[in-house]
Amino acid sequence: MTDNMGGAGEPGRFEQVVMPHLDAAYNLARWLVRNPADAEDIVQESYLRAFKFFGGYQGGNARAWLLKIVRNTSYSFIEKRRPAELTEEFDEKIHVPEGDRADAETVLVQSVESRMLREALEELPVNFREALVYRELEGLSYKEIAELMDVPIGTVMSSLARGRTRLREALLRARGKEGIRGL
Amino acid sequence: MVCDDNARLLHGYVDGELDLVRSLEIEEHLRGCPDCAQELRNQETLRKAFRASSLYERAPKGLEARVRASVASAASGNVVPISRSRRAVMNWFAVAAAILVALVLTWKMLPNLRGPSESDMLAEEVVASHIRSLQPNHLMDVQSTDQHTVKPWFNGKLDYSPPVKDLTADGFPLVGGRLDYVDHRNVAALIYKRNQHMINVYEWPDEPGDEKTARPKVIQGYNVVFWHSSGMYLCAVSDLNAGELRQFSQLLQQ
Repeated sequence: MTDNMGGAGEPGRFEQVVMPHLDAAYNLARWLVRNPADAEDIVQESYLRAFKFFGGYQGGNARAWLLKIVRNTSYSFIEKRRPAELTEEFDEKIHVPEGDRADAETVLVQSVESRMLREALEELPVNFREALVYRELEGLSYKEIAELMDVPIGTVMSSLARGRTRLREALLRARGKEGIRGL
Repeated sequence: MVCDDNARLLHGYVDGELDLVRSLEIEEHLRGCPDCAQELRNQETLRKAFRASSLYERAPKGLEARVRASVASAASGNVVPISRSRRAVMNWFAVAAAILVALVLTWKMLPNLRGPSESDMLAEEVVASHIRSLQPNHLMDVQSTDQHTVKPWFNGKLDYSPPVKDLTADGFPLVGGRLDYVDHRNVAALIYKRNQHMINVYEWPDEPGDEKTARPKVIQGYNVVFWHSSGMYLCAVSDLNAGELRQFSQLLQQ
């Protein structure tokens, strides 16, 4: 029976191990591709891949295992449809003004609206956005993030630092536009 | 700038990812550097904003069914072509595989078709209690993140001393405790948090000969897990996903 399904293992176990992480899969895809319909397609494709490769799943953290597949599927999608987004991360100098560390003096607003935070996060380059989604929304550790993104732990910390700095700049800009003054 | 390196480490510090030595170094630095101290406050504000936000994107309705259907069809249709004569036989296997998938899915739904068992009723009772606890001002009788405050609070209110464990380091901070009434008795309810999800844990002593369920359930969209641990019967309820709730229950059992 098992052989007949391409070595994928029995559906009951797949159901038990992988199905509970549907929300996490969707959340990641949705934040990477920034479009609900594409995210649904990616989740469906990822689950098909997961089913196919389930024979190779060694036990352990099923969520991380699935997220890795969702991540790869999402990046292939972006590469095919919107390759420009992937080079964005290298153009950092464009957005960050010189001597920007000075904004340590700028106090972040007391209450940041959810809507503003969402818009600011959506505008971030994909690699910073991805790191922040893992950390702030999924609550993953640096080590788990490093494994998912295939980078050293130090890079995770830098990505989070830069991502948060940019996020704060965007929030301050949005706030300026709406004419609200903080402390 | 001298602080550049510290600014980066500050993120590791805020995220609780630095080792002790580095943490102490940063704390020392923060005492003498108002810029970095301000930066730390900024990071904490941002983090609070994330916690309070509704940025987590749950799978929309219908996606689960769609995913299941496509996996089921892959399971039944994915026949490896071998030789023509064997292929006819293999097609029968494919049909058998499809039937198996259907059986597994039906089996999952079967409990809903039978009448409510005792364990279902218990699960419904704790879910109802969980929902009630989320109404304004119902959540906590004692509000504390300190297990040594929460545990003694139950003294004199229950005829047993409920185990209270702090799981902050694992991302499930304890936020408080409450006295509740479940399964015809007063029980301890502990409240934990995972990001913006609340988790209620109910604990009461095992009764001898009592074989209560240990199977996880989903009721009205809430996940419920049960387990026995050192003479106690425990039950956790949350809108958290089943995977993480199971992880949480395993951490409590360690």
